[in-house]
Amino acid sequence: MLNKTERQKEQILRSSGVNPLKCMRCGKCSGTCPSYDEMEYHPHQFVYMVETGDIETLMKSDSIYKCLSCFACVDRCPRGVEPAKLVEAVRLMAIRQKDANHLTPNDIPALLDDETPQQLLMSAMRKYSK
Amino acid sequence: MQRIGVFVCHCGTNIAATVDVKAVAEALKSEPGVVFSTDYQYMCSQAGQDIIKNAIAEHKLTGIVVCSCSPRMHENTFRKTAAAAGLNSYMVEIANIREQCSWVHKDMPTGTEKAIILGKAAVAKVSLNAPLTPGESPVTKRALVIGGGIAGIQTALDIADAGFPVDIVETKPTIGGKMAQLDKTFPTLDCAACILTPKMVEVAQNENIRIFSYSEVTDIKGFVGNFDVTIKRRARYVKEDLCTGCGACTEKCPQKKVPNEFNLGMDNRRAIYIPFAQAVPKVATIDPNYCTMLKTGKCGVCSKVCTAGAIDYQAKDEFVEEKYGAIVAATGFNPISMDKFDEFAYSQSPDVVTSLEFERLMNAAGPTAGTLLRPSDHEHPHTIVFVQCVGSRCSSCAEKGKEYCSKICCMYTAKHAMLTRDKYPDTDVYVFYIDVRTPGKAFDEFYRRAVEDYGVHYIKGMVGKVVPEGKKLKVQASDLLANKQLHIDADLVVLAAAIEPDKSARPLATMLTASMDTNDFFTEAHPKLRPVESPTAGVFLSGTCQGPKDIPETVSQAGAAASKVIGLLSKDKLTGNPCVAHSDENMCNGCSTCANVCPYGAITYQDKEFRMPDRTTKMRRIAVVNEAVCQGCGCCTVACMSGAMDLKGFMNKQIMAEVDAICK
Amino acid sequence: MKVSYFPGCTLRTKAKDLDFYARKCAEILGVELCEIENWQCCGAAFVSAKDEVASKLSSVRALAAARDAEQPLVTVCSACHNVIKQTNHAMQTDAEFAAKANLYMSQDKEPTEAYNGETTVYHYLELLRDVVGFDKLKEAVKNPLTGKKIAAYYGCMLLRPGKVLGFDDPENPTIIENFIRALGAEPVIYSYRNECCGSYAVLEDAEAAKKKSNKVSENAADNGAEMIVTACPLCKYNLEKSGSSIPVVYFTELLATALGVKEDTDAE
Repeated sequence: MLNKTERQKEQILRSSGVNPLKCMRCGKCSGTCPSYDEMEYHPHQFVYMVETGDIETLMKSDSIYKCLSCFACVDRCPRGVEPAKLVEAVRLMAIRQKDANHLTPNDIPALLDDETPQQLLMSAMRKYSK
Repeated sequence: MQRIGVFVCHCGTNIAATVDVKAVAEALKSEPGVVFSTDYQYMCSQAGQDIIKNAIAEHKLTGIVVCSCSPRMHENTFRKTAAAAGLNSYMVEIANIREQCSWVHKDMPTGTEKAIILGKAAVAKVSLNAPLTPGESPVTKRALVIGGGIAGIQTALDIADAGFPVDIVETKPTIGGKMAQLDKTFPTLDCAACILTPKMVEVAQNENIRIFSYSEVTDIKGFVGNFDVTIKRRARYVKEDLCTGCGACTEKCPQKKVPNEFNLGMDNRRAIYIPFAQAVPKVATIDPNYCTMLKTGKCGVCSKVCTAGAIDYQAKDEFVEEKYGAIVAATGFNPISMDKFDEFAYSQSPDVVTSLEFERLMNAAGPTAGTLLRPSDHEHPHTIVFVQCVGSRCSSCAEKGKEYCSKICCMYTAKHAMLTRDKYPDTDVYVFYIDVRTPGKAFDEFYRRAVEDYGVHYIKGMVGKVVPEGKKLKVQASDLLANKQLHIDADLVVLAAAIEPDKSARPLATMLTASMDTNDFFTEAHPKLRPVESPTAGVFLSGTCQGPKDIPETVSQAGAAASKVIGLLSKDKLTGNPCVAHSDENMCNGCSTCANVCPYGAITYQDKEFRMPDRTTKMRRIAVVNEAVCQGCGCCTVACMSGAMDLKGFMNKQIMAEVDAICK
Repeated sequence: MKVSYFPGCTLRTKAKDLDFYARKCAEILGVELCEIENWQCCGAAFVSAKDEVASKLSSVRALAAARDAEQPLVTVCSACHNVIKQTNHAMQTDAEFAAKANLYMSQDKEPTEAYNGETTVYHYLELLRDVVGFDKLKEAVKNPLTGKKIAAYYGCMLLRPGKVLGFDDPENPTIIENFIRALGAEPVIYSYRNECCGSYAVLEDAEAAKKKSNKVSENAADNGAEMIVTACPLCKYNLEKSGSSIPVVYFTELLATALGVKEDTDAE
């Protein structure tokens, strides 16, 4: 029987399709990340923390909402690790919990201006709520 | 009926852990013709070989099967064992129950079952074996070295020193290769030119060495000891024997805007040029892509200023045919293209350079005469960022980078960083590394000196993006130990580009029928025990065409390759391979199919008189195999429609017997 | 030539120009854009998790509709392009995902045959490059934009993930630059052209997004650009909201100006 940490890790690996063991710890993902300064845990740490099973910590961190899914880390990683997909998997695990949506439709009106494109609302809802 | 002995090897636990060797020996006992079967821990050991020898004598064996490792490993060993016991060495068959069985299977029942089947096939084959006697062929006592870098130079000098003539074929107008472009060499910091150019001169002066510069190999025929090679000498439009290398033409040539490849395009040369001052041969070459005379027929300045009368605008490519006993591949390497790594802005800023370009920027004979200046504005750079592993250790995309470690970059980057700090103490030098790999004599001490004595900032992390902004290069990188993203305003960024085999290696390997790995490095006959030989007999490997290596390693390997060549050329005769094709003249209808598929040109035709049943005679065209040229590949036996062609030692009926034994 | 067309949500609302001129110019260039019936929003962001199925079905439906019409599927918006291509790739390479998606789709009111990634997806720019041809486009130009220095802003969603989208070299793209050349203008190469504008983060952290957008527009302007051209409504919004010193226009507006179906873009 798997314990909770192992279950979480397995779910993250399955959902993301990422193998963190491919990482050679070069840090290029964090070198290229445009949201680095906003993040408490950086892309290379996501890879390592998933590998060691420290997923609860990541789920609680605001870092999972700072990733822009720009995929620069994915395309520039020399080993094909795809850190952004790990961030996505952890974020989903967090918001799929009961009442854990990071953004709800009720929050939206306050955030609008005249020019806000639908695309922005759609993508934010996709990323921040289940 | 043959009397066959079977010998099953445990290979320690290599085989015995996955194959029940006793069961294999027992099962093969009942195969037709088998009169003796046993197993032993190490068949290749002296004791193991004695078991074979004794069994041959005691049981009057006429053929033996050894169930062991790959025939590439020990077939020769057991052939010698058989011969020592008075058995013809071609009455030996190997069943490979290690590489093709125990190493690829995990469970004992499967492994054992397969080992028995492989053993049965070998027994079926050896039942049909016939004694063979190898022929002999002479050895042409001349070697060919392809590539004139430090690897080719050292190999040629060592072969010549042993008294054998050697030819070097080099595609560039001069020998010297990449080493000639380097500034200083690690870990002793002696100047590359100071140690290389005396060797180049030695090559030029050695009576045993001929240099075919500005030339390439276009065809190779034959086999070990007897290669026929065609060399294309490209027209250089300057008569080599008349040119004195005075340089008057290269000063007066009006075409001044030709990118200078020796300085990696960072300055210009003329259309007629000598690559660098110590070039060997020191002879000018006209670049037909830029020469106005050759392109439009108007100019002729070089011809007018040449007092030696060496200019020849009418020159044509010439083809030379030579015979060689041995061929050494020394085709070298190139840094990979930075096109796919434009996050480092190589295509966007001239101040982002590769490490080889940096060598030229530091070199007294380089475009800046040895003063480190930015290519864009010729200003002195204060902040310099070195990026390691650009395209090395890159498994994500084959068309982008290389999966292997390029091996030399850690050391040359330490050298660059150290030399920069030494010469310009006002600089800030950063090196971004993933790992610092410095195995080698006095290597790690060298790298530590860069850090401890020269104050180079080594940062564990990787650069993610370089943005040219105004006169600065904004470097964004991670510092993994500080857990920070760094933003450095650099003046110069140096990329340690991965290295790859020269593009000429692949077509050369095809001509040589030599094998290569997926990265286009030549494969050695054995990675540990035969590191300088290609599996193709008579072909040897020198330098980086076999794998990334630094100068000390290249020179050692070049010497080793030379010693193998000398060993070969010292022989007067070579024992051939008796497993060659043979045509049954009664069945051959002279259709030419076999000759068309033969990669070695070993098959010719002759008209022969045959006696017909009615006592008349008739002339018929039949195939004849030159046994010295045939390599026993078997193409002809498959192509022959009348079934006349067969391969000794691998006859069709033997192969079919093996298949039958497997399918039984 | 007839192609299936997926306009997407924003092109119906805030980015009408992107859509309007795409249609006009296609007509001139001999391509008929056949809008897919009852298309649904693609979701605007691809969720890379393999176990996220339902949110990708609108893309699968559009892809299946194009397959049934035996036409390639064309998008104009960067985001639609990204989501639909990535979904198509998942349908082609992830059998488990494809099976789940097809199971959902079989419950549709008018279910189509199971979809397995048969459709070719083009971004409008790819259509210009690979089907129309930039040389043909050049011939069709009535008002060449001679002398204009224009910076192509790719952002993320046209280029990455490079292997899946196959749009262009993600580090050194040339398609929009060649498009700009075909229209007679001069492309400006700058490093930030393939970096992120801040994307959806603008909603809750406008400052963070502004920082990123500013880098892009400043880098373009520093390199001499008079104008930035984009295919993404969100990129345009972020760049403009952060106060870009140079105008940001849709590539279809530029195209329309050059083809003579729109007044000079600068005049706005």
